[in-house]
Amino acid sequence: MGINIAFWVFAAMAIAGALMVVTMHSLFRAALGLILCILSIAGLFITLSNEYLGIIQILIYIGAIAVLIIMAIVMTRDVEHSNRSSTYKLPAIVCSLAFIGIAIWTILNTKWVPKFTLSDTSLPAKSIGQMLFGQSGLVLAVEIAALLIMVAVIGAISVAKEK
Amino acid sequence: MHISSIAPEFIWAIWWLPLAAFAVIAPLIRPFPGKAEPASYISIGAIGISFILSCWLLISVWNTDGHQILVNGLNWLDITNGPIFNFGLLLDPLSAVMLVVVTAVSFIVQVYSRAYMHSDPSYRRYFAFISLFTASMLGLIMSTNLLSTFIFWELVGLSSYLLIGFWFHRPSAIAAAKKAFLITRIGDIGFLAALLLLYSKANTLDILALNSSAVTAVLSGGVLTLSALGLFLGAVGKSGQFPLHIWLPDAMEGPTPVSALIHAATMVAAGVFLVGRMYPLFDAAPHALTVVGIVGAFTAVFAGTMGLVMKDIKRVLAYSTISQLGLMFLGLALGGVWVGIFYLFNHAFFKALLFLGAGSINHATGTFDMREMGGLRKKLPCTCACFTLAALSLAGIWPLAGFFSKEEVLTAAWDKQPLLFIFAIITTFLTAFYIFRVVFMVFAGKYRGSQRLHESSKTMLLPMIILAIPALASGWLNANGGFERLFVSEGLATNSFWDGIVGMFTHPLPWISLATAGFGILLAYVMYIKVWVKPDRLKGNLHPIYAILTRKYWMDDLYEKLIAGSLLYRGVFRAAQWFDQVIINGATSGLASITKTVASRTSRTQNGALQLYALVAITGILIIALVVILI
Amino acid sequence: MDIGLTHYLVLSVLLFGVGLYGVLSRRNAVVILMCIELMLNAANLTLVAFSRYIFFYGQAIVIFSLVIAAAEVSVGLATIITFYRQRKNIDIKNINLLKW
Repeated sequence: MGINIAFWVFAAMAIAGALMVVTMHSLFRAALGLILCILSIAGLFITLSNEYLGIIQILIYIGAIAVLIIMAIVMTRDVEHSNRSSTYKLPAIVCSLAFIGIAIWTILNTKWVPKFTLSDTSLPAKSIGQMLFGQSGLVLAVEIAALLIMVAVIGAISVAKEK
Repeated sequence: MHISSIAPEFIWAIWWLPLAAFAVIAPLIRPFPGKAEPASYISIGAIGISFILSCWLLISVWNTDGHQILVNGLNWLDITNGPIFNFGLLLDPLSAVMLVVVTAVSFIVQVYSRAYMHSDPSYRRYFAFISLFTASMLGLIMSTNLLSTFIFWELVGLSSYLLIGFWFHRPSAIAAAKKAFLITRIGDIGFLAALLLLYSKANTLDILALNSSAVTAVLSGGVLTLSALGLFLGAVGKSGQFPLHIWLPDAMEGPTPVSALIHAATMVAAGVFLVGRMYPLFDAAPHALTVVGIVGAFTAVFAGTMGLVMKDIKRVLAYSTISQLGLMFLGLALGGVWVGIFYLFNHAFFKALLFLGAGSINHATGTFDMREMGGLRKKLPCTCACFTLAALSLAGIWPLAGFFSKEEVLTAAWDKQPLLFIFAIITTFLTAFYIFRVVFMVFAGKYRGSQRLHESSKTMLLPMIILAIPALASGWLNANGGFERLFVSEGLATNSFWDGIVGMFTHPLPWISLATAGFGILLAYVMYIKVWVKPDRLKGNLHPIYAILTRKYWMDDLYEKLIAGSLLYRGVFRAAQWFDQVIINGATSGLASITKTVASRTSRTQNGALQLYALVAITGILIIALVVILI
Repeated sequence: MDIGLTHYLVLSVLLFGVGLYGVLSRRNAVVILMCIELMLNAANLTLVAFSRYIFFYGQAIVIFSLVIAAAEVSVGLATIITFYRQRKNIDIKNINLLKW
């Protein structure tokens, strides 16, 4: 019952945050909306009994990405009233609604079959660790991801460097 | 070793040797600088051996039963479940005689060319081409299959093109070579059509099979006549008969020894040879043979009249050749193979001699224009003697070679077609007149030019003197019917040699012929030596005829202005150009402009608006999702 | 009614739809970047929900998704800042060099 209430609260907060991102005129408020949304999603992760990912979500998204975005907003001027919509507003609404409609219709019409029962979930951090670094894990993919982020960082530096 | 048994290897060598000479001279020696002399030695040596082998072959053929040697060659075109084209050698009296003529004349001409072409920078090219020319002609003569005959036929055309245009820096030579090539091509279409027709009906192109099936009338009459006419059209083109004669006078642009070779042995003889080779087929198609005779007779007179007024010595000889070839066809049509070939055989020698003489005169005077000659008898005694001998032979004066061959044609005409006989007799008169007009204008009187005259070198004179012997005596070969018996195997009465030469005068025909020829010579004498009748006054009185003759009956104008200029250039080509520009070009450039327009319109959508791109992409994904769901 | 998989999925679809709308309609490049983050988060939510209800493998993918999001944001913001230096604004309408 408590989890039900938590879901509805976090869901409402996430939607509200997302709507803030796309509607607020101030970039700052939009960024705050994003943070609100991310926080609620982290909360939702916890309601899904995946506390590890929830914490990671907060650490990385809010600690790194959101801060980065706010820094970018600060570095680019014209912060106030710059979050205007383009000429494609109406097609964008139609398109999004169509997407939402199709996706929800699909979800509701699909029979979801669990591959395991709810009881036998182990600790998420441990299972993630096993999946990534275990015997038959995704070590290679982890390495590639590490390489990717390194390249991205170097690339970002070289792109943003003052000539 | 018995002399009659010539090995097949030697027979192959007859045409293989000149071909090898060409192959050695053209690609192997020519690219390297150095002395040009070896080229001529190789070429002359090859043709000399070929000549000896040809003589041996002639004797072998004579001694073989049935007078025929067949050398099986290779199947050079073997189509699975289809026809097999055999490339072998067919040696019968016809081809053996032709081989001797071609190799002999070619040998003598090449020896002569060593001196004539001495200072030419393209000495080696000349000998390479002339070897190729001879080799193609020999292949044409010997092949067993009409298809390979056709191939060699075209090779002869190619080499004559190369040799007529030998001095390709002269525009007139290029034009003449082109003309020769294109005009003979018209005839070749007929030849090719005949080949296709024959193959489609008889399913073979083997000469012997065709000739026998023609005899047994496997082919229906219409097909036979059509294919015979097609073959004859090829012969008309090659042998310069009316109306495809116009290339031959222009072919004088080549070096004079080449003219001698073309006119005597190789190029123009090919047409006569082809009709002779396929004679059983012609024989089975009497209408075609009638056409051959009429065209021959008409051409003989037609070309002879043009020969009357030419001022260029080689052009007179050229028209004379056309005229004589007409007589050959007449002989073929009326008298059979041996009459035509006998004429060709004799004509080859004296005509070659006439051309070599003309070359010698040209060396002395530096021109071919007879108005700048005259009185050369004293300065060029040897040339004069040889040329006059050949002229007498051409005119048909007893007992020279030309007399006997002409006699046979006249006899055949007398027996079968009195109308054509009149043509032949007129030709006799014209021939005698125009050739002695040349003799008198060149050798008699006073010299009208400005060159320092000198007799030609021994290298040039010796071949002429050698040629003078057959020009004098080759007719005697048939004095006891020997030549005829080579071709016609049925029992002929053998008469003695002396009978053959003198005994024919019991018949009135030789008297008529001699009197006509004598009258022609006399008229020339009267007009050009005694000048009782001034040629210029005659020219004035007979102005319209003179104009027609000098303009060559407007045949050149007909071809160049009317057919080439109006019909082809303004008509067909203009239409083709219009089609090309408007339809083809229009279609492609229309396509291009449509593409361009579409491209420039659609490129407007590439406006760089990222969100539009994203919108379109999402819409696409949604459509795909919808389709997946709904289906 | 108990909260189940469907609730999470519908929620993430709604978040994704809002993010999509933002990507398609906003003019500020930074906001577009933020909306992309929204969409990524919605996807993450789906993955975690699946790992809870269907099969546990999805949560490992979330780690990679995070890595990619970080890389994307760093490169994207660097590009935006470079663009800003040159044009003095970051309106998406002006980022249209890639045209005919």
